[in-house]
Amino acid sequence: MNQDSNLTLDQEKVETQVPAQSLSSLAWKRLKRDKVGMISLLIVCFYLLLCAAGWMGLVGENWRADVAVPNAPPTFATWEPRGTQVNAVAATSSSADQVDDDNSAAAPDPLAALMAQADKHESQYASKTTTLKDTLILGADGQGRDVLQKAIKGTSVSVSVALLGAFCAIVIGTILGAIAGYFGKWVDDVLMWFYSIFTSVPDMLLLLSFAAVLSRGISTLVLIFALTSWTYVFRLMRAEFMKHKERDYIKAADAIGAGQTRKMFRHILPNVSHILLVQFSILTVGMIKSEVVLSFLGFGVGIKQTSWGAMLAEVPAELIQGYWWQMLTVTVFMSVLVTAFSLLTDSLRDALDPKVS
Amino acid sequence: MLSYIVRRLWQMIPTLLGVMLLLFTLYTLVGGDPSYILAGKSLSAETIASIRTQLGLDKSLPEQFLIFVKQVLTMNFGTSWSTQQPVSEIIRTRIGPSVMLLLTWQLCSLFFSLLFAASVAYYKGSIYDRAVTIISTVAMSISILVYIIAGQYFLAYKMQWFPVYGWGNGFWQNFLLYIPLPLIIGVAVSVAPDTRFYRSCFIEEMNQDYVRTARAKGLSERKVMLKHVMRNALIPIVTGVMSSLPYMITGSVLMERFFGIPGLGNEILKAVNSSDFPVIKAITIYLVIAIMVFNLLADLLYKWIDPRVKLN
Repeated sequence: MNQDSNLTLDQEKVETQVPAQSLSSLAWKRLKRDKVGMISLLIVCFYLLLCAAGWMGLVGENWRADVAVPNAPPTFATWEPRGTQVNAVAATSSSADQVDDDNSAAAPDPLAALMAQADKHESQYASKTTTLKDTLILGADGQGRDVLQKAIKGTSVSVSVALLGAFCAIVIGTILGAIAGYFGKWVDDVLMWFYSIFTSVPDMLLLLSFAAVLSRGISTLVLIFALTSWTYVFRLMRAEFMKHKERDYIKAADAIGAGQTRKMFRHILPNVSHILLVQFSILTVGMIKSEVVLSFLGFGVGIKQTSWGAMLAEVPAELIQGYWWQMLTVTVFMSVLVTAFSLLTDSLRDALDPKVS
Repeated sequence: MLSYIVRRLWQMIPTLLGVMLLLFTLYTLVGGDPSYILAGKSLSAETIASIRTQLGLDKSLPEQFLIFVKQVLTMNFGTSWSTQQPVSEIIRTRIGPSVMLLLTWQLCSLFFSLLFAASVAYYKGSIYDRAVTIISTVAMSISILVYIIAGQYFLAYKMQWFPVYGWGNGFWQNFLLYIPLPLIIGVAVSVAPDTRFYRSCFIEEMNQDYVRTARAKGLSERKVMLKHVMRNALIPIVTGVMSSLPYMITGSVLMERFFGIPGLGNEILKAVNSSDFPVIKAITIYLVIAIMVFNLLADLLYKWIDPRVKLN
């Protein structure tokens, strides 16, 4: 990115010197002209903020709390006849005097005295009455948990798993690809052998094979994604490093005595990093989709966390009773992000590599 | 030609050996000692020792790997750890439903997406083209799970057009009764990405000079599209079909799970859940071999479609 591409073609005519622009600033200028790209970028940034806020505990923290009656419908859909909701309101109450009334009326109950005593003991402690809500903005799930809170927490888990997985895949793929492409010969042969092994197993089977032996959890998921997806980055980086190592600027770097690592990562890498950026967003989208499938199958984030996949796993049982809100919420949350990410990928590709379009 | 095939088959050996090493590492070194799982409640030093001898775990690692290689070559993976059924029998009985679903899915998806792609590419830049592009972008953003869950709910449970779940004994019963719903859902999932990919293939070919020549000499549009454009776009399409196979395997694993189809996908999920390593290893290895052979066939197909392609 620090490659200076001076735009002043005709130096004599231009009085004031136009400052040199880097590839990134040129790309940013092009991206700013792309309306679809900018809107997508905004949406993606919003999700990233949501994700960060989720980890800092600002939003979606009490997704576990049962705040409403089971399967409470969304507020905007309350025209539906509600039968089951009425009898579940306010489960706890202190009712010592009520028991006294019962005592006189139903004398033959042998346990009545004991019950009264128990109630009296109970009434000595402060009890809190929690009213379960009838409706929530986006409804509640089968346990009465707020779907909106769950969706926010799920977003932060799903998106960060995908981002971390994509990042690790990029790091592994770039380092191995750089080594294979730059050194060639037997090093390349060995790494290509690794590449052929990982690509010959279908992704799903590779994911399941790893999931079978590793424990469940977020870190495992990130590891699995990194181990199964580095090959995409490897293939691209290997080709780029092969091409770039023959270029003049590497000969120049050689002449001033730059070491191998310096040439690979300080000279070549900045020139191919735009490919990594595009690849990163492609991988993230793929991993969001894989996370949903894996979590659904029970090889995902585990039961202590929630994610889009974990939420969708609850859906079939709910849908059959007519509770559609959780499915709709997750679908909308997910497809908005995935669409925005896909459109952003296209715009990034256009902005970073104008030769193609 | 023959020397090419032999060379390609020869090149598969190191890759296959690598896949076996990967699986061996995963299930022998990472996976932990299976004898404790197998012993169950009757946990005594003797039982553990006898199970270890039975599985060959008391041998050195290279010896164990040789046993694994022998298993792959003789196609004899012993018995499943959870059901005691021979693994070869599990694969033999489960492969039919999987192939049936995958094959019909692939063919239907190919037919519909080619149809859409050709028409969209022909009216490139029109509202129709833009609408299809937007719809397919949105359609691709929805998880395959949602398609399956919603499809099963509306088409089978609500409308009762199809059975919700199940599998029969006869070929026609399965083909006409149980396959259609997974097939419809599968096509709905895969038609969007395929249409987008094939559209770009068609557009690439339609901008070529020979298409202009074909039009200039007065060929009908139908002939231009089918004989000239389609024929040349077939090469990337064959690649597309081959590269969609892994994606379809994911889909069919989910589909088999949801619709209770007793195929390999369902079997591998069961095996992963119960740590049934022989079954996972066997299914993975044979699928890898199958995909390698298919890739070779695809390369031979290129040669057949396009004589310009050189095999090397």
